[in-house]
Amino acid sequence: MDSKLLQFSSISKKLIMALAGLFLIVFLLVHLAINLLLLMNDSGLLYSQAVKFMTTNIIIKIFEIFLFGGFIIHILVGVVLQIKNWISRPVGYYVMNKSKTSFSSKYMIWTGLIIFVFLAIHFMNFYFVKLGIVEPPAGVSVHDFYTMAILLFSNKIYSFIYILLLILLGFHLNHAFQSAFQTLGFNHNRYTPALKIIGTIYSVIVAGGFIIIPIYFMFFNN
Amino acid sequence: MNLTLKIWRQKNAKTKGKFVTYKIKNVSEDSSFLEMLDQLNEQLISENQDSVAFDKCPVAFDHDCREGICGMCGLYINGRPHGPDLGITTCQLHMRKFKDGDTIVIEPWRAKPFPLIKDLVVDRSSFDKIIQAGGFVSINTGSAQDANAILISKKNADLSMDAAACIGCGACVATCKNASAMLFVAAKVSQFALLPQGKVEAVERVKNMISTMDELGFGNCTNTYACEVECPKLISVTNIARLNREFIHAKVIAEKERQISGGF
Ligand code: HEM
Ligand code: SF4
Ligand code: FES
Repeated sequence: MDSKLLQFSSISKKLIMALAGLFLIVFLLVHLAINLLLLMNDSGLLYSQAVKFMTTNIIIKIFEIFLFGGFIIHILVGVVLQIKNWISRPVGYYVMNKSKTSFSSKYMIWTGLIIFVFLAIHFMNFYFVKLGIVEPPAGVSVHDFYTMAILLFSNKIYSFIYILLLILLGFHLNHAFQSAFQTLGFNHNRYTPALKIIGTIYSVIVAGGFIIIPIYFMFFNN
Repeated sequence: MNLTLKIWRQKNAKTKGKFVTYKIKNVSEDSSFLEMLDQLNEQLISENQDSVAFDKCPVAFDHDCREGICGMCGLYINGRPHGPDLGITTCQLHMRKFKDGDTIVIEPWRAKPFPLIKDLVVDRSSFDKIIQAGGFVSINTGSAQDANAILISKKNADLSMDAAACIGCGACVATCKNASAMLFVAAKVSQFALLPQGKVEAVERVKNMISTMDELGFGNCTNTYACEVECPKLISVTNIARLNREFIHAKVIAEKERQISGGF
């Protein structure tokens, strides 16, 4: 797979990455919607129902395969492209570049890699538990994601790191959203500025939405 | 005004380079950046009549037209290609953009496909190779056609002219964090793709130019858009989106059509 991947032209790799990225962008909205159910004042009833649906429904299972594929392709292509980019400038500048560009766009590989680390932790805490690879916390059933989530969010250090990482995800998304459209060849005098604003709103909603949850459990649910 | 210049000196691609600091006095605010460098070189020549030390020899830098049209004078000045002004080349940069007592750091373009020749001079023939890969445009020679024989919308004529303004200076590559040549290639592909005359070879052109760009070792675009900010001809990144569209068309639609027509 890797040597095949290297043979694609630069633009083809970018296109693959943009499509996978857009898919992940849609997925994040679904994920957020389910997580927000944690805030319902019903001891996790709705949330648990949603989790049950997501873990048993056959369509979701198929969707899950695409999702893993999407992540793997996006990350793999992203890293391959980035390594090539570093090789393209073997001798750097003495004075750091001062051209005006957006903050988010400069650190995509770093925000991306940090999201990857977060994904690994996230899998340890949830997905691998479901698969039975990792033991659930003592006294919690394998399917009781609600209690697992509450337990994690009651840990202040975990919550703090979680919030920090989601802010970085927000930065990644802020550039990623409009970048994907440009890569796919869409750039329009009027719609592109609008897309940039939508991208920023999207990243604030996604990052903010996920962040509200630990804040709620830390400060309002005692 | 009096200035301190910190200039990258390197004898050739094989030797190691270093920064050398020079003091220069009485620089006119009305002189251009290249005239200031001329003044420095005059000073080095007159100060060091018998010296053979490399540091004391005149500084090599590229230039030709000195009016912003040839694209030779690429210098990375204080962290920006062509220095602190927008839409200009280094030869069009006025010294009044600097203050008395300033320290100015001058570096060559840095990118793998632009190997260093000497001091501030780099070899940009990679750009020529990309242009050559683009091939020819089918235009009949002979007497000029009737002007109305091929209709071109005003909008496309303007967009094509804007793209054709690219002078191949390499500032886009120099400033890009990925050393990507996408803005340059986008301009060269767009100027033809927008016109009926350029459509004939459009499919092959974009594929060949992109594969040559990749082979030469330029980086990949991450839509950071530093190129557009530093381009002396203000080439817009909308051209990069057009390049991507042309590429998708060549790889997907034109490829399908080719298969249907039996591989021709
Ligand atoms: C939920 C997670 C993620 C989403 C929704 C996402 C989305 C996106 C999108 C849509 C793009 C723009 C693609 C383009 O313009 O071609 C992008 C770019 C990028 N992503 Fe991600 N990404 C995610 C995670 C990651 C991870 C884990 C990495 C790890 C390395 C990563 C690395 C990159 C890099 C290097 C870029 C290139 C910058 C660019 O071309 O704009 N991303 N991402
Ligand atoms: S696109 Fe602009 S910056 Fe790049 S080579 Fe052409 S004129 Fe120079
Ligand atoms: S010397 Fe020709 S553009 Fe500057």
